[in-house]
Amino acid sequence: MKTWIKSALAAALAIGAATTAAQQTVNLPIVIELSGAGAVSGTNFRDGAMLAIDEINARGGILGRKINAPQTDTQSNPGVSRAQVQKALDGNPYAILGPIFSGSVKANMVLAQQAEVPQFTGAEAADITQAGNAYIFRTSFGQQASMPKIANYIRDGLKAKTVAVLWVNNDFGKGGRDTFVKEVTARGIKVVADISTESGQVDFAADVVKVKGANADAIFAYTNEEESARFLREARKQGVSTPLIGETTLLNQKVIELAGDAANGVRGHVGLSAEAPIPAVQEFRAKFTKRFGYVPDHNGIKGYTAVYAVKHATERIGKFDRKLLAQTMHGLTITPQQEPGILMETTWDDKGDIDRISFLAEVVDGKQKIVQTLPKLGK
Amino acid sequence: MADILQLLVAGLATGGIYALVAIGFVLLWQTSQTINFAQGEFVMVPAFFVLAAMKLGGLSFPVAMLLGLLVTLVVLGLLFKRLVVDPIIRHGVLPLVISTIALAIFLKESVKEFYAADAQPFPAAWATTNLAVGGAVVSVQNLVIIAVAVVAVAALQYFLAGTQTGRRMQATAQNPVLARILGIPVERMILYTFLINAGLVALASFLVSPIYLAKFSNGETLGLVAFIAAIVGGFNQVRGAIVGGLLLGVVDNFVAAYLTAQYRGAIPLFLLIAVILFRPQGLVGRAEERTV
Amino acid sequence: MTFARNARLIAAVAVAALLLAAPFGLKPYGIYLLSLWVVMTIAAIGLNLTLGYAGQISLAQASFVGIGAYTAALLTTQGWPLAAAFVLAAVLCFVIGWLLGYPALRVQHHYLAFVTLAFATLVFLILRNEEWLTRGVYGISGIPRPTVLGWSTQGPVDFYFFCLGMLALVSAATWWLIRSPWGRAFTALRENAMRASSLGVDTRRYTLMAFAIGSVLGGISGVLYAPLVQFIEPTAFALGLSLNLLLMVIVGGSGYFFGPFLGAAVSVLLPEWLRFSEGLYLILYAVFVMILMAFFPSGLLGLAERLHKRAGTPAPGPAVPTRDGEAS
Repeated sequence: MKTWIKSALAAALAIGAATTAAQQTVNLPIVIELSGAGAVSGTNFRDGAMLAIDEINARGGILGRKINAPQTDTQSNPGVSRAQVQKALDGNPYAILGPIFSGSVKANMVLAQQAEVPQFTGAEAADITQAGNAYIFRTSFGQQASMPKIANYIRDGLKAKTVAVLWVNNDFGKGGRDTFVKEVTARGIKVVADISTESGQVDFAADVVKVKGANADAIFAYTNEEESARFLREARKQGVSTPLIGETTLLNQKVIELAGDAANGVRGHVGLSAEAPIPAVQEFRAKFTKRFGYVPDHNGIKGYTAVYAVKHATERIGKFDRKLLAQTMHGLTITPQQEPGILMETTWDDKGDIDRISFLAEVVDGKQKIVQTLPKLGK
Repeated sequence: MADILQLLVAGLATGGIYALVAIGFVLLWQTSQTINFAQGEFVMVPAFFVLAAMKLGGLSFPVAMLLGLLVTLVVLGLLFKRLVVDPIIRHGVLPLVISTIALAIFLKESVKEFYAADAQPFPAAWATTNLAVGGAVVSVQNLVIIAVAVVAVAALQYFLAGTQTGRRMQATAQNPVLARILGIPVERMILYTFLINAGLVALASFLVSPIYLAKFSNGETLGLVAFIAAIVGGFNQVRGAIVGGLLLGVVDNFVAAYLTAQYRGAIPLFLLIAVILFRPQGLVGRAEERTV
Repeated sequence: MTFARNARLIAAVAVAALLLAAPFGLKPYGIYLLSLWVVMTIAAIGLNLTLGYAGQISLAQASFVGIGAYTAALLTTQGWPLAAAFVLAAVLCFVIGWLLGYPALRVQHHYLAFVTLAFATLVFLILRNEEWLTRGVYGISGIPRPTVLGWSTQGPVDFYFFCLGMLALVSAATWWLIRSPWGRAFTALRENAMRASSLGVDTRRYTLMAFAIGSVLGGISGVLYAPLVQFIEPTAFALGLSLNLLLMVIVGGSGYFFGPFLGAAVSVLLPEWLRFSEGLYLILYAVFVMILMAFFPSGLLGLAERLHKRAGTPAPGPAVPTRDGEAS
């Protein structure tokens, strides 16, 4: 009997404590790849988010509440990410940030959806926003937004009639390849070589031989950072002179560093870039580098803008309501004038996809150089 | 035609690496019943010794390479034998296999945790230029790899068959009990095999890391292919490891280019099953008798 | 003798009570972990049969888990009941296990390790490349949880009890198997294959049997895994999981009946309690395994038995650990 009373009291105290605590902070867990294949991307995302969180907290937080952001590591493993999201949901979060890996997001977004918690992810696979999930929001282009831009460039900028595709055989690469093939075929460009490669592959000799044999007007390479570097080196070694085109990753600073000279001349579409000639982005880059000691990649921008998006949308609603947040995000446009932290004008549609300006870039002398700014698709 | 030459050279270069790794593996198995599941990671680690020496010690590349080689001999040769193999082999082969699996995890995670999770560029010790040979572009790197592998194997063969120590090692491998009776310092011979293995994996590491980039996960596929190469070639002969390695390297490249890229990774399995079913002693192996 | 037996009985009842009560004090994440532990234990029990009792290393247990998981996912998303998945997965895994083991065991003792290693790669490639069947890299989502005789297992606590029930069934079946003449033949096999063979035991047939049955248990584990995580894709069933399962069996104590339970707990639950970074945990875990192999190759339960003996209480006789040296 006594134990029953004791536990009831304890429970009441706990609830009391929890509510008082909750009144002072808002819970924004970051579930992200901090180890495994996605470590570099995830760490960038996390650091960008932390930068934003610290800036916001220094100015009093969101609607007077400081942000509390516990981080958990998905280990780049969908199964683990699902468990971590479950754990995050148990802590009654306001919204969830991450993960980046498309496979992980697909494994865990159902949980957030069922719990009606908005989730801001860095993933790019096309089908994430096609599953009817009202609680998922991107922080960068989905493949269905970036591929049309690339296809346009190949058709209009390069005037190519045939293209060879080299892609990594995981959900990221396959999704990109499927969307890419659809877009170029719709523009009358023929895919003359369709080469799948492995994640972690080290030897690209056979693949470059196939690419050369296809004699295409352009080569589109869509793999992860290290494999991109290895491919570029092999292509350079075998004397490939056809234009090499990529999407964000191929023109990444890390790839350039690993590939050395072989990266020069690579062109492509860059959805997000820390090299963009926009003052707000440059300021972010400087702040990030100063604080963390390395230059951010596009994932840092994803994390940073995600937090500011949550802040701005919440301030618009005027209170902390998860369902209302999700509803408000759909169709929302945030401009840098309204919220400097968003860096560039961003619009979310009713599926959670993003629309923003993007860039065409080329690697010149070991640096990514923005060559052209492309407008938003909509509006 | 140029393509075939290209693929052949690339295949031989990759195969050369497989051969180096497989030889060490076979040597260990033969002399001390050590099935080293961490062999792939052994190839991954020396490059990081060198990188660490350069980054933390500020040493120049040639000095760092030398230091890396020495550290590899000590750690992956001597310490591996004394700390891992000796205490465990007395319990049998199975616990040792498990330990080397754990060792592989240990090495991989240590590099990932304490050095870096992403790929690191590794300097090449020779020119990174290309030659045009018969329409194909052959990289000097690949030729160097083939040359070094050939020289290493030839030197090893000479050592084993032409010197007294080498012949003693062979005797130890074939019949340790008898060797002991004949007064051969069996323990020392076994230690030599571990050191030779360490040397071979260091060599392989320095050869491939400039191309593959140094990364903690490099060992995974390399290890698997080395095991298969050893078995396919013939487990009781060093020659077998060479044949197996070269065969796997070349076949992998040609299959990837002309047959299927998606199932490239399954080729080792098919070769393995084929060999087991039709020629269990390996392509150049001797048929082994069972000891009762 | 009676004291030891009573002690073990009390311990068993306590653990069982804990397992039954635990989910009511835990949040969904904790219940999920516990269910994962149950599922992994089933796979580990299968591997224990292969490794601990028949003395063979299998590096493909995760592949059988994958086969079971995909069977369940494909069938249940098409509306078939989970029971059908259990049957189909069991049959598939048994046949494949048999086909795989047959050539490998014909040759040399340790060849099964390499064959299973290569097989693990092949299965992963098939799961990933054959998109028309498995949806490839995109994975299968929305896997439903079964309704058992009117009882819906949709909620985490319900599904946990469903898994626990399956574990009880599997344990009972395995217990019966080991106590049966078959089981004794397995043990004889592992002790001394040469002697067993000279006594008329068809060593290859029994080893093959153990491997095939172990693989079936892997498949059953997979059939439970799919509705637990509700989204599967090929990388979950790659070599990493096989190595994990192998270490579970070894650390727990290969050849001991409760070894897999303990090993799975160490692998699934311990990292959560210790809260190290994943990399650090794996490093410590690996070092721990190496030390264990040097001093207590029969795993934690072997260690417990050793301490028991030292304390003077005669320990009940579990399976004696492997000593591999003769058949080569």
